[in-house]
Amino acid sequence: MLEIANLEVVYNDVVLVLRGLSLEVREGQIVALLGANGAGKTTTLRAVSGLLDVHEGDITKGTISYNGVEIHDNDASKTVRSGIAQVMEGRRVFAEMTVDDNLRTGATTNKNATSVKDNYDNVMEMFPVLATRRKDTAGYLSGGEQQMLAIGRALMANPTLLILDEPSLGLAPLLVAQIRDVIVDINKQGTSVLLIEQNANMALSIADYGYIMETGKVVMDGDADKLLGDEDVQEFYLGLHTEGGRRKSFRDVKHYKRRKRWLS
Amino acid sequence: MIAQAVSQSGVDKFVNALGSGVALGAIYALLALGFVIIFKATQVVNFAHGAIAALGAYLVSYFAVTINIPGRWMTFAPDWLQWSLSALVAVLLTAVVGMIVERITIRPMIGEPLFAIAMITLGLDLIIRTTTNDLLDNTNAGLGDPFGLEVLTFGALRLDAAQIATIGVTIVVVLLLMWFFRTRTGVAVRATAFDQEAAMAQGISVGKVFAIAWGIGAALAALGGIFSSVGSRGAAGVSPFTALIAFRAFPAIIIGGLDSIAGAVAGGMIVGVLEVMAGTYLGGISWLGTGFSGIVPWLVMMAVLLVKPYGLFGTEEIRRV
Ligand SMILES: Nc1ncnc2c1ncn2[C@@H]1O[C@H](COP(=O)(O)OP(=O)(O)O)[C@@H](O)[C@H]1O
Ligand SMILES: [Mg+2]
Repeated sequence: MLEIANLEVVYNDVVLVLRGLSLEVREGQIVALLGANGAGKTTTLRAVSGLLDVHEGDITKGTISYNGVEIHDNDASKTVRSGIAQVMEGRRVFAEMTVDDNLRTGATTNKNATSVKDNYDNVMEMFPVLATRRKDTAGYLSGGEQQMLAIGRALMANPTLLILDEPSLGLAPLLVAQIRDVIVDINKQGTSVLLIEQNANMALSIADYGYIMETGKVVMDGDADKLLGDEDVQEFYLGLHTEGGRRKSFRDVKHYKRRKRWLS
Repeated sequence: MIAQAVSQSGVDKFVNALGSGVALGAIYALLALGFVIIFKATQVVNFAHGAIAALGAYLVSYFAVTINIPGRWMTFAPDWLQWSLSALVAVLLTAVVGMIVERITIRPMIGEPLFAIAMITLGLDLIIRTTTNDLLDNTNAGLGDPFGLEVLTFGALRLDAAQIATIGVTIVVVLLLMWFFRTRTGVAVRATAFDQEAAMAQGISVGKVFAIAWGIGAALAALGGIFSSVGSRGAAGVSPFTALIAFRAFPAIIIGGLDSIAGAVAGGMIVGVLEVMAGTYLGGISWLGTGFSGIVPWLVMMAVLLVKPYGLFGTEEIRRV
């Protein structure tokens, strides 16, 4: 349903950040997009959601289409209306506003009062914590609660595709597990999910398919369980992250093994 | 609406100074509210606010006095109603001007340095002020006399009808704003004010929010300009000096903290009351000079800023880009 092909994105007319990125999210799937800090994951999300402008970024090549319609020229509002909602990196709740008002902003593109009400009830059911704090100022919620609010806000748009940018960032393991269950839940209710994460284990444990990005490109992709069992992925993400203080490049480890795999 | 220095008993004098101060403060509050709404929603420091206020006042003199619209079609209606409708037309028209100005000069600058945008509003000030002054032939034009010389007394307190109208309209405006910011559109404006990108990510059209903020801001400026130019006591009428009202309202804006409805109203009231009090009690002290009451708001502002750099009601916030 979401198809990104050979995408190139440049910031400030000079910094080439995505260099021919391609990926696909099929209907009903959870797809994980993994990669180290600075790989270009958030930039990919901005390109999909029409928020590059805000950052002086431009798509210089490639296409993004959603359900067969090209959307790379859409502004943010049109993207949301086409069915793509997002949970931004760092949650970005409206801290001065109440939980309820935050949720109302999520329903901006939905003019149907009954459907807004249904979504609202659904969010309250999914996040009982929020139900007890409807009138509270969002800024006073804990990090985990804010993340739930950010997810709930996105669901208010009634999306067919939900993109989450590092939802587990900065959360305690117990909360990460909760967020993971929520994502599975959302997916079961019929929303496709693109899950951007650095926490590869968490993401791959629930994903159908995964992409691994490095410096603006996909360097590896495959079924989630395959990636989860892959030695390179394990080596890269578990314990061997740094070498001499510097993050080890995934490319350094993969070459010969990858060739071998192609041959077998 | 300058305080009278009529000799009265001590309490009377104080009560009436307070009443006049609140009425003057209401004008400042209207101006401050408009300024703050534009600033909060769009981060633009609008140096054209005073010019827009004067334009609003001029439009009332045009509709109510010069061409008598819509009054000419409703001679059966009382004067105050005819005048109020003319004022409504003027306010709405000023709001439209505000929205057009935003669309042409501010919207294309979204994302550009705020300093550059502030400079543009300085240019706008010049353009709008010059145009209004041309329309005024650089003289004074009356706004009509909808309220007459009627004075209402509440015990020791005497307020003329224009002052009461000013206070009444300000109360209605504040209530309307409180209601508005609870509506769907109002929530979108608040969200945009807090985090523009996150608002966009929810599908909120930031352009629409900018237009709404400028429309409301300009309408409130017009109300401030109108009430500072109408009435039987003050220098009634709109003139090339009307735009300067913004300089007198600015301390109210800063004291209020640029952040909230309550802050703008409180800032306006503090400045209005202190200005009238200074005129009433310090007017006789010759070495202070005759214009001293006009300086008082600025002195108060400086004193407040020394203690609270973000104003009495402002919050120190770390803004996301
Ligand atoms: N507004 C911007 N201007 C210039 N460079 C940027 C901007 N935003 C991000 N970048 C750069 O683009 C690269 C990818 O960033 P990002 O997409 O945020 O990566 P990730 O989300 O994977 O951590 C980084 O090198 C970052 O420094
Ligand atoms: Mg990121």
